[in-house]
Amino acid sequence: MLSLRPRPGVAPVLVIAIGNPSRGDDALGPLAASRLEAMRLAGVEVLTDFQLQVEHALDLLGRRRVLFIDAAIDGPAFALQPLAPVAAPGASTHRLPPQAVLAAYVQLTGAPPPAQLLAIRGESFELGAPLSEPAQARLEAALAACAPLLRAAPAPCPPPACG
Amino acid sequence: MGFALETAPHPESLRRVAIDPLSRVEGHGKVTLLLDADGHVAQVRLHIVEFRGFEKFIQGRPYWEVPVMVQRLCGICPVSHHLAAAKAMDMIVGSKLTPTAEKVRRLMHYGQILQSHALHFFHLASPDLLFGFDAEVGRRNIVALAAAHPELAKKGVLLRKYGQEVIRVTAGKRVHGTGAIPGGVNKSLTAEERAYLQEDVYRAIAWSREAVDIARRLHESNRALYDGFGAFRSNLLSIVGPDGAMDLYDGQLRARDADGRILFDRGDCARYWELIFEEVKPWSYMKFLFLRQLGPEQGWYKVGPLARVQNCDRIHAPLADAARREFLDVFGGGPVHAPLAYHWTRMIEMLAAAETIKDLLHDDDLLGADLVAQGERAERGVGVIEAPRGTLIHHYRVDEQDQVTRANLIVSTTHNNQAMNEAIRQVARTYLDGRQLTEPLLNHIGVAIRAFDPCLSCATHALSQMPLTVELVDADGRTIDSSRRGGAC
Repeated sequence: MLSLRPRPGVAPVLVIAIGNPSRGDDALGPLAASRLEAMRLAGVEVLTDFQLQVEHALDLLGRRRVLFIDAAIDGPAFALQPLAPVAAPGASTHRLPPQAVLAAYVQLTGAPPPAQLLAIRGESFELGAPLSEPAQARLEAALAACAPLLRAAPAPCPPPACG
Repeated sequence: MGFALETAPHPESLRRVAIDPLSRVEGHGKVTLLLDADGHVAQVRLHIVEFRGFEKFIQGRPYWEVPVMVQRLCGICPVSHHLAAAKAMDMIVGSKLTPTAEKVRRLMHYGQILQSHALHFFHLASPDLLFGFDAEVGRRNIVALAAAHPELAKKGVLLRKYGQEVIRVTAGKRVHGTGAIPGGVNKSLTAEERAYLQEDVYRAIAWSREAVDIARRLHESNRALYDGFGAFRSNLLSIVGPDGAMDLYDGQLRARDADGRILFDRGDCARYWELIFEEVKPWSYMKFLFLRQLGPEQGWYKVGPLARVQNCDRIHAPLADAARREFLDVFGGGPVHAPLAYHWTRMIEMLAAAETIKDLLHDDDLLGADLVAQGERAERGVGVIEAPRGTLIHHYRVDEQDQVTRANLIVSTTHNNQAMNEAIRQVARTYLDGRQLTEPLLNHIGVAIRAFDPCLSCATHALSQMPLTVELVDADGRTIDSSRRGGAC
């Protein structure tokens, strides 16, 4: 495990959903993840975590595509946008934005797989609060729009071509 | 009577500088500086912006849910909360853990220590230490570190990954694990899981030794800076094992004074409130703790690696113990109070964690089937653990309907509240007083706080939240300058 080799048999598509299920609309990411996981999409692995960290770059090893899902505090109801590595986009490294995870991947091993961010707008993020109604509606709309894209998952990644 | 630079006599006439929130510090931390007309520092405070409300969040829940639920309090050290809550609930169910349960939990805990310390040293602290406190802001991050020191960054990432794999195997899941339950654990290790973790443990130990060496060389490369930066004298607090050795999972409370003399030993964790007191101050949501026997003015203390390495008599992990003795020798045996020495001691602990993981992996009890024990039911449970950042206390009352009626959580960062305030006041006196404030100078405040590896608040992190804002406000309250850095933190 202490190497930069991809895991054998790694799914070609990775979904990484970010958020705290107990903080109101911050749960958008984990809820989207559990819905996608229940669909049992072929060739798709779904991970959730509170926040992104540098080691998530290792989860990208051997992938052909990556989709990050996170709650947003502004912007449209939901938005799917391509991501590029950005060397220093934020001030924090206790939690990294997805672009910085891609940049860490570049520094560790080379060009990252194509990546997108699905940002779903939330309303409130209080500890112990449930998902708000507007966020619930946006979650449904976002999944309806994005799940078909994941169904067209790329073929499994042959080991010699990975990483 | 307050502390120097805590409260200025006439704050209304002073210029205010806010660093809000702190770069690379978890959560909503804010520092305010009040400056007089000549730029002299009159007041310095570290604030917690967000009220946490965790205790209320837990009240009314059935006790067996708590070890899982409390992981949602913190995205940085969920395993520490998981285990502290489980230890408290052990008291509720009257359990004395089986050997298998205790060793699986210990393995989980040392995995958490390893991964947390690796993240802090290699990725949070190293940019400051390797590039300098005055380096341009764009370089003070992991990506720049990986570009300049690729092997260091790679080892940091992989060590963290190793610790997380230990957690995944013992907790059952990568995040929101359910491994520890009241009275024990819900799984032990399979032979395959043990072999999987054993495969890389010696490399983890070797890399941890290298990290100790790097931390030591950094410190010794500039003793004047590392010994003096933000330094202040204080008491030290941690738990230690029954023989006085470092034990991060379980033990009894020990405190030393600033000269290293033991103030109390074998303090009963289950009655921690008889030894320490939580004081509320009107300007901060975070409480201030002190040792009752010394009072608020003299009784505050440090927790975490710097306290633990000096509070214990030995470390059972031999390489780490040798590193501990070397550390003490360098400083002539007396207590070290330099915040930047946290980094060196943190790496000694990371080495201790790697060695302890190795020893545990050789213990067949990890594969046992006797997972849970129960005894006489109690109403009150206290769980105390040494989390990566310091002593963590969970205290619950549970009623006859099995619901939590009262919860009190004292996190490591709260123990260090006064200590961090003292550190930034020292830094402000030395580096900021009477000078034109620039971003690199203000970063010195962040460097001092980051040495403690605080976790000021928890895991709301939606996109676009938490930019770093620095505001300069004149004596009339007008914003005369501001800068905003970073979209997503």
